Amino acid sequence: MASSGAGYDLSASTFSPDGRIFQVEYASKAVENAGTVIGIKASNGIVLGVSKPLLHKMVVPSTCSYKRIHSVDEHAGIASTGFLPDARQLVGRAIDEAANWEDQYGVKVPPEVLADRLGYFMHYYTLSGGLRPFGASCVIGAYDQDTKQYKLHMVEPNGSAASYYGVATGKGKQAAKTELEKLNLHKEPCTVDEAVKHIAKILTMLHQENKDNEGKPLEMELSWICEASKYKHVGVPKARIAEVTAWVQEQLEEEDDDEEEAMEE
Amino acid sequence: MMHSAESQNLKDGEVSTGTTIIAIPFQGGVVVGADSRTSTGSYVAVRTSDKIACLSDHIYACRSGSAADTQALTDYIRYYLQQLKIETGRPARVKSAAHLLQKLVYQNKDNLSAGMIVAGWDPVEGPAIYSIALGGTCLKVPFAFSGSGSLYITGLLDSEFRENMSKEEARALVKKALAHAMARDGSSGGIIRTVAITAEGNDRDYTSELPYGPVSY
Repeated sequence: MASSGAGYDLSASTFSPDGRIFQVEYASKAVENAGTVIGIKASNGIVLGVSKPLLHKMVVPSTCSYKRIHSVDEHAGIASTGFLPDARQLVGRAIDEAANWEDQYGVKVPPEVLADRLGYFMHYYTLSGGLRPFGASCVIGAYDQDTKQYKLHMVEPNGSAASYYGVATGKGKQAAKTELEKLNLHKEPCTVDEAVKHIAKILTMLHQENKDNEGKPLEMELSWICEASKYKHVGVPKARIAEVTAWVQEQLEEEDDDEEEAMEE
Repeated sequence: MMHSAESQNLKDGEVSTGTTIIAIPFQGGVVVGADSRTSTGSYVAVRTSDKIACLSDHIYACRSGSAADTQALTDYIRYYLQQLKIETGRPARVKSAAHLLQKLVYQNKDNLSAGMIVAGWDPVEGPAIYSIALGGTCLKVPFAFSGSGSLYITGLLDSEFRENMSKEEARALVKKALAHAMARDGSSGGIIRTVAITAEGNDRDYTSELPYGPVSY
């Protein structure tokens, strides 16, 4: 829905007559045009996944090069998308908040507090003169040591933070959300192993459906927090990613075959 | 568990809680106890003072050392714990209260004379006791005793303490130990105040009938 800002979009400190702040909406556009991020809260863990299509041959294809998922503390991680340098700033702030909390209170920051603090920070940049909103969204996966529960949050450029069973943002957000809803996560959570498969499959599907990606390999960054990772936020082990990638390929080929059969009548 | 060096750190005329304070755990909670003597030199300024400060619903602190310093400290911690509860929506952990107090004491160690015991119950860990010494050392301990009178009851507590006592047994031990300390330490005396802290609530009491008097032979 393209609408002309008509002069109300020049500053984040101006409302439009219909009650919108265009600059903040434009910041969200930066997120909508960037790589897909998916997070799932499973019954026994959290999985975060980011789609990183290899832009061109000269980029070194490894996770360390323009890393998209960062650990904020031992028990929490952020997968971000949008304007990547903005996202990096937000991760830095989250790291400070978490470290500060532990320094003050001697315990790990509770997930919802971390999400709220990041929300406050992002919101501040939408109403201070001279500053522009962050053009990035952060999906936060964390383990609450006190309640022994996993929590998934997303914070958006306008500063709002909410807790989710499953969340997707970025370019493939609509398609990913449809797939996530089919999984019925709010009624019946899946396990962490299933979540890894679901996310890998959705990201691969989205990558392949886009004709522009013909011939470009997809690199996925996947991270999790679960018992196997000793309740710490770490990358999903490479061996597991390889297994899952192979599984996804099989699945997608089967589904293609099913479609073809259906069409042969 | 340390000798409070009040004579060196207190200003002229400053009031000290030369003291005995104790915390003993039981199944499902902690009993904290203290004497009630506040002294300025050899004058007993207050005979019935309350050295057991409430920090939050289930966390208490026992104060020894400078009365002014410990009152200021407990006021700060009470405020921080209130703010913490608002931000997190859950009751503060005893660990957090102790940690906050440790930070304040350590960062201001040159200007403070405070030896405190933080004890209470939280839903994560259950009963917990932390002892914070003069310089800002914070130790989690199975039971704690501190203040000038605590020296005289180290042997008594070491021999009589048992794990998993009942609330009544813990309370009785607290009173007995305090009475013995008050009998020998000139800076401890008055009445014995106790608070039993549990998940359900707290039970504050005091007695002027000491299980052990200054002279019993």
